[in-house]
Amino acid sequence: MELSRRDAVAALAALGLGGGAAATYTRRDGGDDSDPQSGTEDEEIDVSDGRVERVAVAAAEVLYPSQVTGVEQFVTEFLGPRLNQDGHGDGIREAVGIVEDRAQRWHGAEFDALDPDRRDQLLREMGVDTADEAPDGTDAERVRYYLVNDLLLALYASPTGGELVGVENPQGHPGGTDSYQRGPP
Amino acid sequence: MSGRGSASRQDRSPVTDADVCVIGAGPAGALVADHLASAQDVVVLEAGPRFDPGDRVERQERAIRPAFDRPDVWEMGGKRDDHAASGEWFYPLNHARVKGVGGSTLHWQGMVMRLHEEDFASGTERGVGPDWPIDYADLQPYYADAETELGVSGADDNSFAPPREQPHPMPAFPPSYSDSLFAEACDELGIAMHSVPNARNSEPFDGRSECAGYGTCQPVCPSGAKYDGTVHVERAESQGATVIDRARVERLAHNADAIEAAVYTTPDGTEHRQEADAFVLACGGVETPRLLLMSDSEQYPGGLANSSGLVGRYFMDHLFAGVGGVLDEPTRQNHVGFLTSESHQFYDDADEEVGPFKLEFFNYAGSSPVELALTGDDWGDDLLERLQSAYGNHVAVGALVEQLPREDSYVGLDPERTDDRGNPVPDVHWTVGDRALRTIERANGIQRSILQELGAEITWTVGPDDTGPAYHHMGTTRMGTDPASSVVDPACRTHDLANCWIAGSSVFPTGGAMNPTLTIAALALRVADAVDATLE
Repeated sequence: MELSRRDAVAALAALGLGGGAAATYTRRDGGDDSDPQSGTEDEEIDVSDGRVERVAVAAAEVLYPSQVTGVEQFVTEFLGPRLNQDGHGDGIREAVGIVEDRAQRWHGAEFDALDPDRRDQLLREMGVDTADEAPDGTDAERVRYYLVNDLLLALYASPTGGELVGVENPQGHPGGTDSYQRGPP
Repeated sequence: MSGRGSASRQDRSPVTDADVCVIGAGPAGALVADHLASAQDVVVLEAGPRFDPGDRVERQERAIRPAFDRPDVWEMGGKRDDHAASGEWFYPLNHARVKGVGGSTLHWQGMVMRLHEEDFASGTERGVGPDWPIDYADLQPYYADAETELGVSGADDNSFAPPREQPHPMPAFPPSYSDSLFAEACDELGIAMHSVPNARNSEPFDGRSECAGYGTCQPVCPSGAKYDGTVHVERAESQGATVIDRARVERLAHNADAIEAAVYTTPDGTEHRQEADAFVLACGGVETPRLLLMSDSEQYPGGLANSSGLVGRYFMDHLFAGVGGVLDEPTRQNHVGFLTSESHQFYDDADEEVGPFKLEFFNYAGSSPVELALTGDDWGDDLLERLQSAYGNHVAVGALVEQLPREDSYVGLDPERTDDRGNPVPDVHWTVGDRALRTIERANGIQRSILQELGAEITWTVGPDDTGPAYHHMGTTRMGTDPASSVVDPACRTHDLANCWIAGSSVFPTGGAMNPTLTIAALALRVADAVDATLE
């Protein structure tokens, strides 16, 4: 099932956005206490908008069901305004920086250069799969909040994401008051 | 009147020569302010903030995402809103209210039924509880006005409802697909279904859009199609009323016969005195008695307007009863966040043993797939498979049940805990009697029979052991004719203080089992008339 520009616009509307800054994520003092190989020197990781989009698309390719197509355009269109959202955009950049940091340390390559199985493995190694989302939480909780659940929310609050599950007007999408009256297709 | 209203008023200083001071900018206070503003100088003091309407979609995201709890959506909680719950039944107060311009209608469901005629005479007709000192006929014209003010979508298809004098302002929302499934089962059982009066627009109304179908009605409507108190706050301001947000009224300065000033503090800690000729307390069923109790004095050592000793007593809520299950066919849930069918068939069977209750046919049984997608340790095809298996065939029937007033169910002041201003926090000491529990069992029995007739596998029941409140705070400044057994008179003016009225569900002597906001609105319009007549 193909994600369309309408889906991206709908996902943005569900999150209150109608619509890039260059940036770096600095890993200080080796950071994550779950990473025994952490170094002690500051390292700067590219989290410019273009880089964030590539990582997010690569993540979505793992997070979204295989029957979904049009992922790159959908994620890119969704992410642009989301990155400009006060506070939230910085959270996404930081989450991407965390993922990139682990990808380079643990797997020796940028996240989007890993094959999908390795990306899936990396997110699970980080504990993102079992983490509860928390905007001020641990690295895994922030990645879950700003990256993983942002992408899942965008998909499943869109008309196409809803239809995958069986609801044309998913919660968060202003899809009107007709579909609730209709029987199954 | 001088037309001094200002939506951007920042100094938060008192209004000079105010005629009326309304405390609380929820639906009751907003309606009173709007109806008085053309003829009187009105000032409204609201403890919470004025929320930016542009933030509503972001609040919707908070409602959906698991990182946020329900009170986070409208910024409830913290030291300002600290509370106690010393009763046998825990009361989650900050889940049950919103402080801010618009009040708890910002997060309400939006169901607006009139009380039945027998609700006004529970003692006479059902043999339990007091009669109200007014009857349905007294309130009927105000019910009609309230429906117009709020904007109610409804139909005249409920043969159990009290008599109407005019159609609802908008047509009812059509029944849902799952309503049609229930209808077959209810036909077999001889149970009548009918539409639900909703305070949400089924078509454009009063400058607000029709429902957009966001599906998050409770706790936030991003489109504004669901009525909330901001509608009348803005209208009051356009007529010259002044609304001061983040103005925390901490006590009512008074003499023996009247309130002289509402003493409030602003965010910078400055204390002000708002004087007025008349005061209308509209702070809800918890904060209104709390404010009266905090305003004790040598003259009134037990608290203001409390010569009866009953301020805070008789706290009531409606109780929830429900049965849910799954069918072996699609039921099309979670497209919208409101209800389209109910049954009031059993409501007036109430007697001494079993109270009134109404049945609600859910349109959002089972979890929302969007919310489910954000939890769990799966993603990709596994997640989709989980969502597809979890969504699609749920059904549920809920019910609201009356709780009788009891003196040992009350809102008091906690003697040991204080809020961020050093004032005692409210203690909701909630006690539920056996009649309500029997009523829940009765509702459960009917709910089970409907689901069994439908062929559903029953998967959950909310019964007497695990019921909870519907967040309707009633009874804590009850209305009556005898000053020894009530706090306000039939006009909702306190027996003790000539210039103090109370608008809200705290004046309900009994609660019935209907969502209370339409009755709150009708009483508020009646209070506005009484205040206006007194000041003329």
